[in-house]
Amino acid sequence: MAESETVTATKPSVRRFVKLGIFLISHSNYVSFIGLVSGIVALLLLPILAKNTYVSENALMPGSANNMLSTQHVSRATEFVNDLTDSVSESHEIIAQYMSALDAEVTYHKFHPQLNQFNPLHFFTSPDSGIVSKNISCSSLGINIAGIIRAPRGDGKESIVLVTPYNPRKVGPGEALSLGIAYSVFSLLSRVTWLAKDVIWLVADSQYGEYSAVDAWLREYHAPAFREADIDNSETCNAINEVGQNPSSDRKLYSGFRRAGTMAAALVIKVAEQGNRHEDILNIYPEASNGQMPNLDLINIVNYLGAHKRGLRVKVNKMFSLFGSRWLNTLGGILESLGQIARSLNPQWKFGISATEYVEGAATLASSLYLQGLGVPTGPHGAFRDYQVDAITLEISPKVSPYKMISHSRNEFILRGGRLIEGVIRSINNLLEKFHQSFFLYLLTSSSKFVSVGVYMIPFALLVAPLPIVAGSLYSEASKSSSSSEVVVKYKSWKWLNSARKVLAIHLWGAVVSLLPYFLYQIPNSTPTTNFTVWGILSASSLLILYFVLGSPIFESATSQPEKGEWASLKSVTIATTFIGLSLMSVINFATAEIGALLIVPICLMAQPLKLDIRSRSLRTLLRATCNLALGLVVFPPVAYFLIKGAFEDTYGIKVDEYWNWVESLWTWNSATYLYVGIVHLPCWALCIHILFHPC
Amino acid sequence: MPLASTTTLALYLLLLLPILSSATLEEEFHEELLVKPLPDRKVLAHFHFLTEAPVADDSFARHHHLFPKSISQLVKKFHIKAMELSFTQGRWNYERWGGLDPISSQNAKPPGVELWAVFDVPQHQVDASWKNLTHSLSGLFCASINFLESSSSYSAPKWASQSALGSLRYGTLPREAVCTENLTPWLKLLPCRDKAGLSALMDRPSVYRSFYHSQRLHLTASTAPADGLDSGIILEQTLTVVLQPNIQKAGLSFPDEFKIQPSWSLSSIFGRKVNGRCVLAKSSNVYLHVERDLVAQLEKLQKNTDAYADNDGGTDVLRGNLGFEISIKPDRVHRELEKSSSILYEYSIKEYNDTEQFDLGLTWKYPVVWSCPLAPLYASRFLIGSGNERGSIAISLKSTELTKGFVVANNVEEKYGKPQSVTDFVERMSVSPSEDKVSTGMMELILRFPCDIKSAILNIEFDKGFLHIDEYPPDANQGFDIPSAIISFPDFHAGLQFSDDSISKSPVMSKLQEKSPVLLYTEVLLVPLTTPDFSMPYNVITITCTVFALYFGSLLNVLQRRVAEEERLLKANKAPFHRQVLNKLYSRFRGGSSESTQPKQQSSSFITPTLIIKIIFVAGFAVVCQFYLK
Repeated sequence: MAESETVTATKPSVRRFVKLGIFLISHSNYVSFIGLVSGIVALLLLPILAKNTYVSENALMPGSANNMLSTQHVSRATEFVNDLTDSVSESHEIIAQYMSALDAEVTYHKFHPQLNQFNPLHFFTSPDSGIVSKNISCSSLGINIAGIIRAPRGDGKESIVLVTPYNPRKVGPGEALSLGIAYSVFSLLSRVTWLAKDVIWLVADSQYGEYSAVDAWLREYHAPAFREADIDNSETCNAINEVGQNPSSDRKLYSGFRRAGTMAAALVIKVAEQGNRHEDILNIYPEASNGQMPNLDLINIVNYLGAHKRGLRVKVNKMFSLFGSRWLNTLGGILESLGQIARSLNPQWKFGISATEYVEGAATLASSLYLQGLGVPTGPHGAFRDYQVDAITLEISPKVSPYKMISHSRNEFILRGGRLIEGVIRSINNLLEKFHQSFFLYLLTSSSKFVSVGVYMIPFALLVAPLPIVAGSLYSEASKSSSSSEVVVKYKSWKWLNSARKVLAIHLWGAVVSLLPYFLYQIPNSTPTTNFTVWGILSASSLLILYFVLGSPIFESATSQPEKGEWASLKSVTIATTFIGLSLMSVINFATAEIGALLIVPICLMAQPLKLDIRSRSLRTLLRATCNLALGLVVFPPVAYFLIKGAFEDTYGIKVDEYWNWVESLWTWNSATYLYVGIVHLPCWALCIHILFHPC
Repeated sequence: MPLASTTTLALYLLLLLPILSSATLEEEFHEELLVKPLPDRKVLAHFHFLTEAPVADDSFARHHHLFPKSISQLVKKFHIKAMELSFTQGRWNYERWGGLDPISSQNAKPPGVELWAVFDVPQHQVDASWKNLTHSLSGLFCASINFLESSSSYSAPKWASQSALGSLRYGTLPREAVCTENLTPWLKLLPCRDKAGLSALMDRPSVYRSFYHSQRLHLTASTAPADGLDSGIILEQTLTVVLQPNIQKAGLSFPDEFKIQPSWSLSSIFGRKVNGRCVLAKSSNVYLHVERDLVAQLEKLQKNTDAYADNDGGTDVLRGNLGFEISIKPDRVHRELEKSSSILYEYSIKEYNDTEQFDLGLTWKYPVVWSCPLAPLYASRFLIGSGNERGSIAISLKSTELTKGFVVANNVEEKYGKPQSVTDFVERMSVSPSEDKVSTGMMELILRFPCDIKSAILNIEFDKGFLHIDEYPPDANQGFDIPSAIISFPDFHAGLQFSDDSISKSPVMSKLQEKSPVLLYTEVLLVPLTTPDFSMPYNVITITCTVFALYFGSLLNVLQRRVAEEERLLKANKAPFHRQVLNKLYSRFRGGSSESTQPKQQSSSFITPTLIIKIIFVAGFAVVCQFYLK
């Protein structure tokens, strides 16, 4: 006893870490189990750990000024809406006329609808100036109208952007209402004296998609292409429509593209076409491409003004399918009772929330994770994020459908929406610096609650932590088993390299598979279904070829017989690469990494050759074998997609072309999720399957 | 290149000086106000005060009657040849308010503070003089002009004027907020302050409610004994205000087909009337300027109505009947020489006093639409690119209406970048790239464009760099301002020609007739740069401290360990006395049996029962503390 005491006392502290590492590695089974379970539990606890949002930037001062938007503005706006809906054609001229009547500088921006094309080398690159497709007639031009109000005493260094998408071919009542709201605010702003930033109202031509119109305008704003062809083209198309100025006034105004300084923030205003029969609801869509979010303060001020000043019900996206799920409700009940017990012990512990609140938070959190993980922007505001501009889409869904709205309720609605927008703009106008105070990395659990990066990293870290430990333990085991015979010791390091080579080859295959759609796209007249089947066949056959090439004696070592520990070293390398891939992905798009870790980590940890399991016919091994098989099926990307979609988007029914369309949308949006699925997830799945069917 | 204009202007004044100063050897003060209706229903008011003092070599010591002593001391101390300081709020709208007339090309200034000065000192003293001057001016005008002191905030343009080569310094502060505290010291320089005369019109709320106001102080000192003439200082103070008559209170003006020009009077614009002249002023006049295009439009209207009605044949140009009505009969009317000419109504306010106040009013009879003469090129400057790596500044020049060959001298100032590419048509070019903490980047170009030019774009690429931590301003997240570029058109002259009989000694008239090159300023830009998280130093400190603690701890541990002795101790199984006692006590406490049952070898497992007991004990203690001590 005395000896042991002295020995531990004199041990340097550094060795304790090593010891801890060895301890963890030797108990890797427990560690991985605990890590996995605690990771999932921590993820489920996130709705409880969410904090209330608060306006962090002091300069914003939302709602501190009285609203100036009056019924006079609203009546003008309704006049505008009526004019717009009554006119059959030339709606953009009406808009431009109304804008210029407010002393705004009006410009048309004509753009060619850009065909979304998959370009494998365009991931993560800055937005380029775009490819001008040839032979596009002037009739297919989209026309954005941008009106700029110059702040009367401002220096014009910064601007705030209001975006209202509309379809000039067919102006729906919802769109007209959103234009009316924007017009009422714009007409107010053209007269106010407190404006410090210029205000741009962009009426985006959404006949070729809302996003592409806004994106084209932003590209012209930030990265214009100065080419002669462009000038010629615009000259020829200019004849169609000149800027709708009054012929008598301001004849000599410059009609080119106008700019107004660095953008501070952008708001996209939409009005839902359907009424919801209960109350006016404000939906906030913040997610931009690759899970980038606007600064939380922007959501905070909208939420504050919407909920507390205007009495709107502010909502963010939810997964409604989760509301009915029984397990979540029971979990919420358990957590509620736990919270009550904790509160009875010490009234200061307030972590319990009610079960319904928990379910709601979990549903919102799930949708927040899913939408961020998808990496596809949820609205035209996504285009702004590519230029480091904070932007959100506000969709106001009125109580009564815009189709049936009578004039009184319409006025009321415009007044309500306009005052909200006015308040938000006034807040942003107060801003001295760009948005930087609040969070950029967060998940929303409701419109007024969020989980910050420091908290939501924990479940992911717990999920991922077992991976290197298991890899280490497998590696040490494999090396131990092989070192039994003295001759093989020499090959120890070489053996590891062999499995690394295999893993690398499979990952290369993954890269090839993710590049294949680029070539498939060249095939003319192909349906999604055929594309998908061709893609599947091609990738499967390439995997087979790779398998045979790798298995051929040229590449295989002299001891071509697969060794006992070979699968173990292969698994350890697989797990190590998975770990690296997941960690990298968590930097690029955290939500993808989180969802991916939930899917891939269990099979990575559990994978073991089926032969071994079946050979030792105990209940435990058989259970493990079935688990492995089930997981192997679930993790296969298309299956996983349909499962996630079924869980989150409550639409059932499996169509093959749906998956192809989904993949297509991923790459057209330059989503990093696509790269993740192709280069990390798919190879890891293939390797796990390979381990499962390993002949040992 | 305001420098170009102002130095030529300085030269011009030098020529003018003999007439003025030979006539009177005394100090003189002139006050004038020029009012001009603008096409977008606004009114421009341009106050012009001129103070001049003859300066003999010994006259610096003596008392001035009218001339502000602080300015004369400034001139003497820093040997200023010419200087201009302007405080501006708002942007001059070149499209609606014109860019080719003398008022706009001389008084349209970039937002914030702009200062340039030409010194009459040897080359190596110029910088020192400039620094001292900025400090003096910031004290005089209650502004942070002293920020122009650092060498990275001002520049020395080369081609702005050949005469002042090397002795000219130029700097702007785009972020400077302009307020009454800047106007008051400026008014103090006037002999009557704002107590009497035209300056009494300057009602602060209406001046600062304006859409654009720029107060300017222009100083020309001529100490040229070579001419054999008297030397003197001319101090020219102007305040240019663009106001909107009868501002609707957040109401809507209805977008009619024809926007009716609002009728206005001085009292409705400023809320005050002129109570009489400043008695110290030699001349105090008010001018009403009616623009060329407006006159043309009105005459056209007149013709139409004449053809329509054909009863009122006599076109009395002097007063009314030209589409608008003036409340007071002008003392004089000046017409420009050309066919379609602008008209200048002159009023002398000498005979007005408290009982009979001067309140000029203008009432429109017909709705009329006209436009101001535009600058030869429409210029706009903007930032291209996104992200924190690189970007570029583009200046787009588009032709407006003039179809004549001309030269564009272009002076681009830009601060945090390194220019990389230039386009054609460059005659001369000088680039001084920026150096960190030493100098700003500046690019001067002289461009000559063909007549049929439609548009030209200058694109200057730059890399965004990381600044040193102490180079960030307190509000680093706002971004960094790039001051306006200055574009001057030396071949275009903004000058009006009035008929010879109207040669008066009025300074405003001479300003209007002066042939100065057209100048325009582009927008101020805001470049967002990467800003570090300024709470990071704290994190860095904590991390470094942790690393150091770990490092030194383990190092000391290794150093103080004596391995041989430890082994000897182990072998001898001889612990120090107090340790033995402690162990004995411990084993007694645990119970006698433990000594034998405890295995001797170091257990491979990390967790020993004692450790678990300790942890449980500590955790229990913590829970108890938490529970009961609160």
